[in-house]
Amino acid sequence: MEHFDLSLVNWSRAQFALTAMYHWVFVPLTLGLAFIVAFMETLYYKTGDEEWKRITKFWMTLFGINFAIGVATGIILEFEFGTNWSNYSWFVGDIFGAPLAIEGIMAFFMESTFIAVMFFGWNKVSKKFHLISTWLVALGANLSALWILVANAWMQYPAGMHFNPDTARNEMHNFWEVLLSPVAVNKFLHTISSGYVLAALFVVGISAWYLLKGRNILLAKQSIIIASVFGLITSIFLAFTGDGSAYQVAQKQPMKLAAMEGLYEGREGAPLVVIGALTPGKEYGDEKDPFLFRIQIPKLLSFLGYRSGDAFVPGVKDIVEGGYTYTDKDGNKMVALSAEQKIERGRIAIQALADYKNAKEAGDTIAMAYHRGILDENFEYFGYGYLNNPKSIIPNVPLTFYSFHIMVGLGFLFIAFFILMLYLIYFKGYQINKWLLRLSILMIPLAYIASQAGWIVAEVGRQPWVIQDILPTVAAVSRIDASAVQITFFLFFIIFTTLLIAELRIMFTQIKKGPKDGGK
Amino acid sequence: MVDTTYIFLQHYWWFIVSLLGALLVFLLFVQGGQTLIYTIGKTEMERTMIVNALGRKWEFTFTTLVTFGGALFASFPLFYSTSFGGAYWVWMAILFCFVIQAVSYEYRSKPNNFLGPKTFEVFLFINGLLGTVLLGTAVATFFTGSQFSVAKINLTNINNPVISSWETPWHGLEATLNLHNVSLGLAVFFLARVLALLYFMNHINHPDILARSRKHLLYNAIPFLVFFLTFVIWLFIREGFAVNPSTGDVFMQKNKYLLNFIQMPIVLVLFVGGVVLVLWGIIKSLLQPYTKGIWFTGVGTLLAVLSLFLIAGYNNTAYYPSTFNLQHSLTIFNSSSSKFTLTVMSVVSLLIPFVVAYIWHAWKSIDVKKIDDEEMKNETHVY
Repeated sequence: MEHFDLSLVNWSRAQFALTAMYHWVFVPLTLGLAFIVAFMETLYYKTGDEEWKRITKFWMTLFGINFAIGVATGIILEFEFGTNWSNYSWFVGDIFGAPLAIEGIMAFFMESTFIAVMFFGWNKVSKKFHLISTWLVALGANLSALWILVANAWMQYPAGMHFNPDTARNEMHNFWEVLLSPVAVNKFLHTISSGYVLAALFVVGISAWYLLKGRNILLAKQSIIIASVFGLITSIFLAFTGDGSAYQVAQKQPMKLAAMEGLYEGREGAPLVVIGALTPGKEYGDEKDPFLFRIQIPKLLSFLGYRSGDAFVPGVKDIVEGGYTYTDKDGNKMVALSAEQKIERGRIAIQALADYKNAKEAGDTIAMAYHRGILDENFEYFGYGYLNNPKSIIPNVPLTFYSFHIMVGLGFLFIAFFILMLYLIYFKGYQINKWLLRLSILMIPLAYIASQAGWIVAEVGRQPWVIQDILPTVAAVSRIDASAVQITFFLFFIIFTTLLIAELRIMFTQIKKGPKDGGK
Repeated sequence: MVDTTYIFLQHYWWFIVSLLGALLVFLLFVQGGQTLIYTIGKTEMERTMIVNALGRKWEFTFTTLVTFGGALFASFPLFYSTSFGGAYWVWMAILFCFVIQAVSYEYRSKPNNFLGPKTFEVFLFINGLLGTVLLGTAVATFFTGSQFSVAKINLTNINNPVISSWETPWHGLEATLNLHNVSLGLAVFFLARVLALLYFMNHINHPDILARSRKHLLYNAIPFLVFFLTFVIWLFIREGFAVNPSTGDVFMQKNKYLLNFIQMPIVLVLFVGGVVLVLWGIIKSLLQPYTKGIWFTGVGTLLAVLSLFLIAGYNNTAYYPSTFNLQHSLTIFNSSSSKFTLTVMSVVSLLIPFVVAYIWHAWKSIDVKKIDDEEMKNETHVY
C-alpha cells in the first residue's frame, strides 16, 4: 500500500510558506501606502500647493519600488495552488477558483491600468483624472486583497457549499455565504487594516529619519501628521477586527484558539494570557505545566471567545478527547466527539463515497441513495478520515502561541505610539524627542514582524487542515517528487532573497536621496 | 436530461478563456520586444525609449496571464489541477521567467540596484525568449496531448488520495521534445517579436528605431511564417482527439482539427480573417512607410489564436488530451466547474466590457503622443 510522502508534504508546505511570507512582506505596504499617497494627492488637488505634489511623488516612488516586487512574488502563489496542491485545486476549485477569477477581472486590471496613469500621467492627463487614477489604484489593490482573503477565509470556515459525490468535489451553492461569511468579513477587514497600520508606521519611520537628519523637514512633518492620523484610526480598527477574528476562531476553529493561548486543559471562566513562556517540550498527554510563567487576566478569554466571562473554553486535551458541551452553528447544545471518533466518522464518509461510486457504476440507484445518505451524515468529518493519529489534529502550539502574542502585543504598542505621536504634534508643537524619533524608525521592522506573525497564527494554527475538517494538508498535495519541490524551494529562496536585497538597496537609496528637488 | 444552460455556460467559459489566451498572445509583444532591446536600440537613449515603451505595458501582459490562470482555475479546475500539478517543470520555468520580469523594469535604471542594469536586461531577455517559447509549447499540448491520468476514485484511498498523476518522470519537460509543440513555441516567439517591431514603429518617434524595426520585421516575419505554417499544416493532417457526444468516449479521428474548422465555418472565418490581417499588417509595414501595422497584426493575432483555442475545445473535442489513457482526456464538459459557479462568474464577466472601456480610455489618455527622446529627458518616472 502506498503512503503519504511526508517529505513531499513538508517541502510543499515550506515552499508555500516561503513564497507567501515573501509576498506578504510587500503587500501590506502596497495596501496602505496606496491610500496614504491618495490622501496626499487629494491635498495637492485641493490646495494646489506644489509641496504636496512633491511629497506625493516621493512616496509614490517608494510605492512603485515596493509594488514591483509584490507583483513578482504574487504570481507564484496563484499558480502554486495548481503546481503543488493539485488535489486541493480539484477538491475546492469550484469555490476557490471563482474569487481568484473575479480578482483578476475586477481588481488586477483596475490596478494595472491606473498605475500606468498614476506614474506616467502627471503631464498627460488632467489633475482630476490623475487623482481619480491614484484612488483607483488604492481601490484596486484593496479589492484584490478582498477576493484572495475571501478564498482564504473559506478554507478556515467552509460555507455556502456542498459536497457532490458525482464529481468528487465541493461545489458552491451560495456565493453570498462565501463572500459574506463572518470569517471572511473579519479576515478581510483585519488583514487590510494591518496593511494600513504597517504603511503608516513606514511613513512615520522614514519621516522621523529625515527629522533626525534635519532634512526634508516640511515633507517629514506633513507626512507624519497624515500617517499618524491614518495609523491611529486604522490601528484602533485593527484591534476591533482582531477581536472579531478571534471570536470567529473560538467558534469555528477551537483548536487554533487553544494553540494561540497555550490552553491544554479547558475550563470555565478561562483567563487570557497577557504574557507568558511555554514549557519547552510540553506535549499533549504529559503532566508538565504548560507554562514556565504567565501573567493572565481572569475570565477574559471566555469573554472574548464566547462573550461570557463564565463560558467554557475547550483546551487541546478536550478537543482531542471530546466529551465537552458546545453550541453548534444552529444553536443546538452538542457533546463534542473525540478526535478518534471523528477519524472513524471520516473513514465512514470516505468509504461511503467509494461505495456510492461503485453503486453508480453498477447502476444500482437504491444502493447509491443509501451510501449517499451515509456520506451526507458523516461528511462534516470527511477530512479526519485521512488522519491516522488523534494527536495529528494539534498544530504547532509554541509557534502559534508566540506569534499570536507578539502580534497582539505589538498591535497595542502601535496604538500607544500613534497616540503619543499625535499628542506631541498637536499639544507640544512637534517637540518630538530624539529617542522617540529613533523609536519611530524601529517601529518599521516591528510592523513587519507583527504582520508576518499574524499570518503564522492564521496558517500554522489551522494545521493539519487545508480546509477545516474537510481536507487535511497531507491529502491536498500534488503527486510529484519531493526532490523537485526541494529544488524549486531553493530556487525561490535564492531569487526572492536576491530581489529583496535589490529592493532594499534601491529603497534605501531613494530614501536617502529624498524628493527629487530636495523639498523645502 | 440534457442541461442546455450548463452546456452553454461551459462553451461560454471556454470562449472567455480562449479570448484571454488570445489576448495574452497578442500582449506578448512586450516579451518579444524585450529580446530586441539591443538589436533595435543602438544608443543608450534609444534603448531607454524602447524599454519605456515596453515598460508601460508589461503589467498588462502580466495581469492577463494571471487572469488567464485564474479563469482556468475557476472554470476548468480539473485542467488546473492536472496540468499545473503534473507538468510541474514547464509551468515552474514559465513562472520563474515572469518573476524576474516583474521587477526588471522598475529596478533596471534605479541607482544602487544591486545586480546592475545589465542583469535586469538579461532578465528581460530570458523572459522574452523562454516565456514565449514555453508558453507556446505548453499550449501546443492542447492538440498533441500529454501523459497523465485522472481517477477521482483515488479520493477514497486514504493513504494516497491524489486524483491527477503525471505518468512520466519528466513532468512536462517531455513536451519540449515534441517538434510539433516546439513549432508553435517558436511561432509564438517570432510572432511576439514581429508584434514588438510593429509596436515600436507605431509608438516611438525616432527615425533610426523606425528604420531598424522595419528591417528586422522581415527577418522575424519569415521564421514566424515558417513555424506557424509548419504547426498549422501538421495540425490539419494529424489525428485529433474527438469525443463521442452520446457516450463521452474519446477516440482518435483523422484530420479532426481541420474538420472542426469545416464544421464550424464561423471559426474558420475568424481564423482565415486573422491570418490575413496578420499578414496584411506585416506586408503593409514592410512595403510602405506605414506605422499602423500593429493594429492589423494585433487584431489578426487575436482572431487567429482565438480560433485555434476554439477548435481545441469545441465541436466534441478533448482540449487537454491524455496520451496515457484517452478516456482520461479533459473536455469542457468533464473538467468544468459546477453550473452555479459558472453562472456566478458569468454575471461577473458582464463587467468585462466596462473593464475594456476604462483600459482603452486610460491608455488613450497617456498614449496621446509617441515616445521621443525629449519625453525621456523630462519624464520623472523613467525605467
